[in-house]
Amino acid sequence: MIVAKRKPFEEIKEMIKDYKKVLNVGCGTCVAVCLAGGEKEVAVLNAEIDMARKLDNNPVELGAQTVERQCDHEYLEELDDIVGDYDAIISMACGVGIQFLAERFPDIPVYPGVDTTGMSANQAVGWYEERCRSCGQCVLGMTAAICPVTMCAKGLYNGPCGGTNQGSCEIAMDQDCAWFRIYERLERQGRLKEIIEYTPPVEWNDQVPRTLIQPGYKKPEKAKES
Amino acid sequence: MKSGSNLEKVLKAGHFAFTGELGPPRGCDVEEVREKAQHLKGNVDSVNITDNQTAMVRMSSWAASLILLQEGLEPNFQMVCRDRNRLAMQADILGAYAHGIKNMLCLSGDHQMFGDHPLAKGVFDIDSIQLINMVKIMRDEGKFLSGADLHGTPKMFIGAASNPFADPFEWRVHRLAKKVNAGCDFIQTQCIYNMEKFREFIKQANDMGLTEKTYILAGVTPMKSVGMAKYMKSKVPGIEVPDEIIKRLQGAGKGKVADEGIKFACEQVEEFKEMKGVHGVHMMAIEWEHMVPEIAERAKVLPRPVVD
Repeated sequence: MIVAKRKPFEEIKEMIKDYKKVLNVGCGTCVAVCLAGGEKEVAVLNAEIDMARKLDNNPVELGAQTVERQCDHEYLEELDDIVGDYDAIISMACGVGIQFLAERFPDIPVYPGVDTTGMSANQAVGWYEERCRSCGQCVLGMTAAICPVTMCAKGLYNGPCGGTNQGSCEIAMDQDCAWFRIYERLERQGRLKEIIEYTPPVEWNDQVPRTLIQPGYKKPEKAKES
Repeated sequence: MKSGSNLEKVLKAGHFAFTGELGPPRGCDVEEVREKAQHLKGNVDSVNITDNQTAMVRMSSWAASLILLQEGLEPNFQMVCRDRNRLAMQADILGAYAHGIKNMLCLSGDHQMFGDHPLAKGVFDIDSIQLINMVKIMRDEGKFLSGADLHGTPKMFIGAASNPFADPFEWRVHRLAKKVNAGCDFIQTQCIYNMEKFREFIKQANDMGLTEKTYILAGVTPMKSVGMAKYMKSKVPGIEVPDEIIKRLQGAGKGKVADEGIKFACEQVEEFKEMKGVHGVHMMAIEWEHMVPEIAERAKVLPRPVVD
């Protein structure tokens, strides 16, 4: 899932300091699961803002609304009748949701309440580890299902480099060397021959905004005007 | 001849090569480069010019390489994958060769978090093995990585690094093979202290026929102090310092540790001269360039051969 962490309070406070009526919109999917931007986190942030603004003699009227997914027109629709009353919106969705929300309400300033930090696995409650950088050309078949783009600090396709340190990455002892683990797993599976050949330079497919249309589907003739 | 560089000529003629290293300044003090270069002149076949080593910003390696050329030394232009994408790399390779640089060393580069701009964006558009192959394509096929034709090809002598001491040991010789297959002409290894492990590594390389396809220069860095040895053992990833080296330095007595360090380095050079599959030594006297004349003398590698 996509994970995010709440932005530092002072940063959020500074962004919205000039607005008197602010709607805080949570997202009920990924960021709710990773405890960053769901209904509960919206309530906590609003309480903090409310208290800080009162102390600053600059009170603010706050609204709270959490939708199922901010990356989906269907769920944003329920905000249509609410947002008109507000000077600004804080979105606690991931970067995708924040932008999609802002696109729907182009007259209202939208501010991020979280920093999106990647696509991660849920190791335990509150503990998430990144596993994918969505490069668009998966090499996990060759690398024993360990991603060198994400897990190698240098993103090497022909690792391991000379900085491997007792199975750890040169950047930190508590960070596994991706290529050491790739070697280990391929050896265990008797598949080392799969990385014996040189891998040529990657043609990066993630350098422009990507649009995905699945087979059998197409873009509507005319994009929906809002 | 692939490049006609002095280093290539020395190796091709069958001489035992001896290369040095020079770190460019943290500023634009040309005199600092000239001063260091004077200690190396005549004592080495080629001088590696490091490229923002340990991710600290320095005078660019091609620029410092040009100063070396002016001083009458042959540079070995190091290029790391951390700071440039394939466009900038190819442009710098062309520019460097246009100015007379004939050797290159292709490296991944230390991660940016070790340096003075730890949160810089690391590029790593291509990796060190892909870089080796890119230079080879430019040199031998006269083409850019894109496949487009070059007008004038950079005849570089292509070098790469090899670290026999990083994990997993069993894979290191295969990684060397990848570099050889990608097109490297010579290898300079990481600093060697564990001779036993290096002997095993070279044996594997000999058995796979790699030392017939590429020249191997064994990396040597003389220890200046016990502190340096301990630091390298515990803090530098991929460097292995056996305890007996530290004990030997400790036993040298006050004021004699550096001398003992040089003595050990010279013993290593003597062994490398006789070691099948080793074609020379890369002497990395880090911030100790002024000691290179003495080290070269004591290692009995002088005078350096002159090959036409």
